Amino acid sequence: MSETDVALRGLTKRFGDMVAVDNIDLDIPRGGFFALLGPSGCGKTTTLRMIGGFEEPTAGTIELAGKEITQQPPHKRDVNTVFQSYALFPHMTVAENVAFGLERKRVDKAERKQRVAEALDLVELGPLASRRPAQMSGGQQQRVALARALVNRPRALLLDEPLGALDLRLRKQLQLELSQIQRDVGITFIHVTHDQEEAMTMADTIAVMRDGRIDQLGTATELYEHPRTAFVANFLGNSNLVDAEVISSSGRYAEVDADGGARLKVPANAVAAAQSPQIRIGVRPEKMTLEAGNGQQLDGDSNALLGRIVDAAYIGLATQYVVHTEGGADLQIFVQNSSSRTSGLDEGDRVVARWDPEHTFVVEREEQHAG
Amino acid sequence: MSSGGEATAPRGKPGGWLTLRRRNALLPLALVVPGLLWLVIFYAIPIVSQLWISLQTGNPDDGFAQSWNWAVYPDSISEYSEQLLRSLQYAGTATVACFIIGFPLAYFMAFKAGRWRNLFLLLVVLPFFTSLIVRTVAWQTILTDDSWIVGALKTVGLIPPDGRLLATSFAVIAGITYNFLPFMVLPLYASLERMDRTLVEAATDLYASRWTAFRKITLPLAGPGIFAGVLLTFIPAIGDYINAQLLGTSQQYMIGNVIQSQYLVVREYPTAAALSFIMMVVVLAIIAAAARLIGTKRLSEAAVA
Ligand SMILES: Nc1ncnc2c1ncn2[C@@H]1O[C@H](COP(=O)(O)OP(=O)(O)O)[C@@H](O)[C@H]1O
Ligand SMILES: [Mg+2]
Repeated sequence: MSETDVALRGLTKRFGDMVAVDNIDLDIPRGGFFALLGPSGCGKTTTLRMIGGFEEPTAGTIELAGKEITQQPPHKRDVNTVFQSYALFPHMTVAENVAFGLERKRVDKAERKQRVAEALDLVELGPLASRRPAQMSGGQQQRVALARALVNRPRALLLDEPLGALDLRLRKQLQLELSQIQRDVGITFIHVTHDQEEAMTMADTIAVMRDGRIDQLGTATELYEHPRTAFVANFLGNSNLVDAEVISSSGRYAEVDADGGARLKVPANAVAAAQSPQIRIGVRPEKMTLEAGNGQQLDGDSNALLGRIVDAAYIGLATQYVVHTEGGADLQIFVQNSSSRTSGLDEGDRVVARWDPEHTFVVEREEQHAG
Repeated sequence: MSSGGEATAPRGKPGGWLTLRRRNALLPLALVVPGLLWLVIFYAIPIVSQLWISLQTGNPDDGFAQSWNWAVYPDSISEYSEQLLRSLQYAGTATVACFIIGFPLAYFMAFKAGRWRNLFLLLVVLPFFTSLIVRTVAWQTILTDDSWIVGALKTVGLIPPDGRLLATSFAVIAGITYNFLPFMVLPLYASLERMDRTLVEAATDLYASRWTAFRKITLPLAGPGIFAGVLLTFIPAIGDYINAQLLGTSQQYMIGNVIQSQYLVVREYPTAAALSFIMMVVVLAIIAAAARLIGTKRLSEAAVA
């Protein structure tokens, strides 16, 4: 898994004045499921199209399996694409669609037939081989597109929001199938999506993109537990973020001053990376607990902030509270409804919000990003 | 009228002259009637009457009488076989020329013209704003012996010093090509324009060179447009007589010129009717053959996708 399959070096794409992809450096490991995650318009498709050869980079290079391919036309690159619109050839049958790449590569007829059959079996479309794309459902067309790309056994498979056009239920099902297929074939998948849940479900490694740059790269767990930017913290799930200032750092935890005077503990290694003492700290809503009280019991090993419940919404699985702290921050807190401990809490109650210092993460302080 | 009058009609309310169900069954028929009438009056009746006239004998002064003279068909074919063949040849050549000029033009307009697209479309149909005759007379001036084009071609040696452009088959074919080019370009453009360009990207993604992608994807998907363009050019071209008359001599006359003179000059109505009928059959046969060749099934499938 450590071998790099696709390497982007200083990759940049401008459309006129607009910088769609801004100086990206990325190493995509061989044989893994890699997701490029980001909001619409952040440059995911453009990045993928440059890897596929459909868009020429303004600057930078692309390497595939250690060889530079920046100047190669698409038909010479050992990568295949599953297009967002599937782009199935309407005048060909499913089998002809799938055989297209093998014919171009002059694979002999017997082998071609066998590989097409295998690919169609892989996506469970064997019986529909003689149909035309127009006679198939969206989910089936998606699988044809996948088979048509996979049958060529490319070095890397590029998928541009391949599930975007499908309804939720089918999308969930195909997410699982797609990761299963990826494990079976062992080809590097580079999957573009704006759906954080989809990326977290499927990918081994996720690169979060924003405004043409990579904000953070990591596994789903790393990105969720230790987001390094406010953008990542909010794009993958919900976060409570408050400004803080580092007071001291000794041993396991650093002490910070936050929320207008509260002393909180933050893992020392998280603070170490920060450029200045002025930081923002964060904690996930489900990592916090609530108890009634007015601050008498503010000690011990946990972090705690005092506040008043301003909103409580019962959403079945959990109750979602909004707590207005003494320092003026609004914290979101999810309390699972399995425990009955907090069931007495309601709007207006004074509460203590607690969490384990280990669950505190640190993001760089920056202007909150518009949009 | 009370509300829901239609809904109560099936119960046999005395006011309604038809029940709802029967009215629904008759509605499609009612929609078809005007078109059907049009076809009967302007299509079926003329064809039958043409056939009827073609079998008559007589002369313009004493009148014509029905004599079931079937011999008029083999007779007119053998007498005017030269013009018939020439019509096929000129119309065929002009159609091929229209395609060779029209396809790149339509391709350019559909994929490369960007915001100039509508301007180009306008330029393509602009000649239609003047009459066919005026346009063809303009070509006469372009091709006439002392025009600068002929002079220039003579200077560079493309035509011999005593050669000419006007009154040659080249002039007639060029005129037909010019006059019917929009009929080729517009359907080609329409079929290319709605083609999903991602398909070509997908083909190159699957190791097809740009040329192969064109051959395997663009061309087949333009099939319906090519078929329509070829027919729309060929059919009026084969019956044309203006170009041969204005740009050619009797040596370049097509079957349209013969029919025209038989009807209006010689007033030999049966022969004119027979020739029209023959031409119609030839055109229908060619359409059927072309449809067979390209495969209507594949065409309609490509059209819906
Ligand atoms: N061909 C193009 N011409 C001009 N701008 C483009 C073009 N393609 C993409 N863009 C712009 O580049 C930015 C990134 O687009 P894209 O890569 O499609 O984003 P994503 O796939 O993440 O939604 C967008 O602002 C988009 O408008
Ligand atoms: Mg996109």
